[in-house]
Amino acid sequence: MLKIGNLYASVEDIEILKGIDLEVNAGEVHAIMGPNGSGKSTLAQVLAGREGYEVSGEATFDGQDLLDMDPEQRARAGLFLAFQYPVEIPGVNSTYFLRTSYNEIRKHRGEEAVDAMDFLDLIREKLALVEMDESFLKRPVNEGFSGGEKKRNEILQMAVLEPKLSILDETDSGLDIDALRIVANGVNKLHAPDKAVVVVTHYQRLLNYIIPDYVHVLYQGRIAESGGKELALELEEKGYDWIKDESLEQAL
Amino acid sequence: MSGTDWYPSRFEAFEQSLNGETQSPVHQLRRTSIERFRAAGFPTTKDEEWGFTSVVPLTRIDFELAAATKEPAAADIATFCYGLESLVFVDGHFAPGLSQLDELPEGVLVKSLRAALAEDTDLVTAHLGQAAVTEGEAFTALNTSFVQDGAFVHLPRGTVVDKPVHLLFLSTVTCPNTVSHPRVLIVAEAHAEATLIESYAGLGTEVYLTNGVSEIFVGENAALDHYRVQREAPTAFHISATHVREERAAQFRSTSITLGGRLTRNHVHTALVGEGVDSTLNGLYVEDGNQHVDNHTLIEHAQPHCQSHEFYKGILGGEARGVFRGKIHVHQAAQKTDAYQTNQNLLLSQTARIDTKPQLEIYADDVKCSHGATIGQLDQDAIFYLRSRGIGHREAVRVLTRAFAGEVLDRVRVDALRDELDHLVTHRLERAAGVAP
Repeated sequence: MLKIGNLYASVEDIEILKGIDLEVNAGEVHAIMGPNGSGKSTLAQVLAGREGYEVSGEATFDGQDLLDMDPEQRARAGLFLAFQYPVEIPGVNSTYFLRTSYNEIRKHRGEEAVDAMDFLDLIREKLALVEMDESFLKRPVNEGFSGGEKKRNEILQMAVLEPKLSILDETDSGLDIDALRIVANGVNKLHAPDKAVVVVTHYQRLLNYIIPDYVHVLYQGRIAESGGKELALELEEKGYDWIKDESLEQAL
Repeated sequence: MSGTDWYPSRFEAFEQSLNGETQSPVHQLRRTSIERFRAAGFPTTKDEEWGFTSVVPLTRIDFELAAATKEPAAADIATFCYGLESLVFVDGHFAPGLSQLDELPEGVLVKSLRAALAEDTDLVTAHLGQAAVTEGEAFTALNTSFVQDGAFVHLPRGTVVDKPVHLLFLSTVTCPNTVSHPRVLIVAEAHAEATLIESYAGLGTEVYLTNGVSEIFVGENAALDHYRVQREAPTAFHISATHVREERAAQFRSTSITLGGRLTRNHVHTALVGEGVDSTLNGLYVEDGNQHVDNHTLIEHAQPHCQSHEFYKGILGGEARGVFRGKIHVHQAAQKTDAYQTNQNLLLSQTARIDTKPQLEIYADDVKCSHGATIGQLDQDAIFYLRSRGIGHREAVRVLTRAFAGEVLDRVRVDALRDELDHLVTHRLERAAGVAP
């Protein structure tokens, strides 16, 4: 589904990603872990099409050249980024935003636009998934939301848009244990054999709820280590210094 | 002939056309005013209050008073009426054939100023020129010199008008370089309540000047919701002054929307002369191309325990230029004043420009006053957020810009007006976004 080869990204001549190789197939859950500043969020942003990065290398999504696509084209093709810091948008009603987004993606799939009434039925069902109150629909997008509400709103959008590939960027940061459980539960319920999830996280705790098939450790812009879910536990135990030491050894 | 000499010379011709009317008190007011205009001359950018707006382009034109012309067809003006019953003026002259106002409560007057000058002379004379000062104010002096027609609204004590009253000033401008000086006089006595909409629109393609003055008296405990909508033709110069006097416990809301014209200057001056007044000034200006819009406001807190809230927003694209100057003046007696002022601007292009200058002048020591101004572009993070959800770049820009304007539009309480303004603003934003890089 997603193939990344020798991916580099820099901002103002500072190289952040230094040759990433990664392959994610349908049905898989990947975790990308790493210390602060290792390039985890940059990878997520670059895949979603954030402007401002100098990018080289390859990235394909279902065979299409991802790097050649606008952010909206990527979203319509089925790529979804749950933001680490969801943006507050005063004056834009949440329901309007979600319906516009939903209809854009339907249009791309050759499906008819959904009217306000039908959309309300759909959204009610999805709200239950992330245990959100209907009053949320009347509020402007993310405005005045608590950290937990913002993250739940990201998962709600994921539930509505039903992307093929979801990239969750530090979705666990700033969540208390209840919110973490709700978010993880939502992600698990949405997972299916034809979908894939990439969980970007600093800590192992989210991976107690969303069990990864593969764990990759990002360090200094490269994948320093890959393994199964036990790698996450090893990291938790030994800390990132272990990877740092190992990288240093390799370099020497 | 230069503008400062031109108008006094036209005044003589105007005076002759008035025949026997020259002995009336109103004519004394006209005479004083033309002298004041002659003394003041047009403002220049050296005048502090006009520092960012040059009126030179309009002083170079010798504008002739617009004559009464044939009334346009009702169907042609429907789009400017918002489905509301309206008092219509064409090129400054009352158009009875297009005007319809039914079901006004007993005693309430909504009529042409020309008729009121003849029929309600004492009432008009007692108020006309009392709020709108002409000293040192060239345009107000000019309007008052040529005052003849416009609208007169009288709400006697305790009267409540449920339906909004709409005053439409339409410029059809069939010949170039004409001026109209519409005058609006609104007298709301104690405990009266009403919603009033003044709108200014243009149909033609010739150059013209609208030089309007509105005087509004809000009596004790009266509540007035006032709108001023400017949709002039792209060739128009539009100068306006709105002077308000608010008595004890009055509630006054002003909403000023500017969409049209090539050069616009709006001055709103409200004097809070009684205790416990609640005064609100909202404004929105959306401009592009080479348009210039200057919003100038003065809120005068003269008595204690009053509140004022000012909220102006601007969206400028193309090479448009905007100016906001808002002053809150708190007199020494005005203790416990609670006043805030906000001006927020969105620039859609690299070549659009705004000068904003909020000002507080406070002579009382126990007050709560604040002000703030912002100038910015659209939030790039918000654009990316919308795009990452499949919403195209153009649509994302449109949604965010509309949201910015929405904070003012959503405060419009007349549904039909709000819907039409929403439509107009959306259309305008698409145009403005189209020329943005």
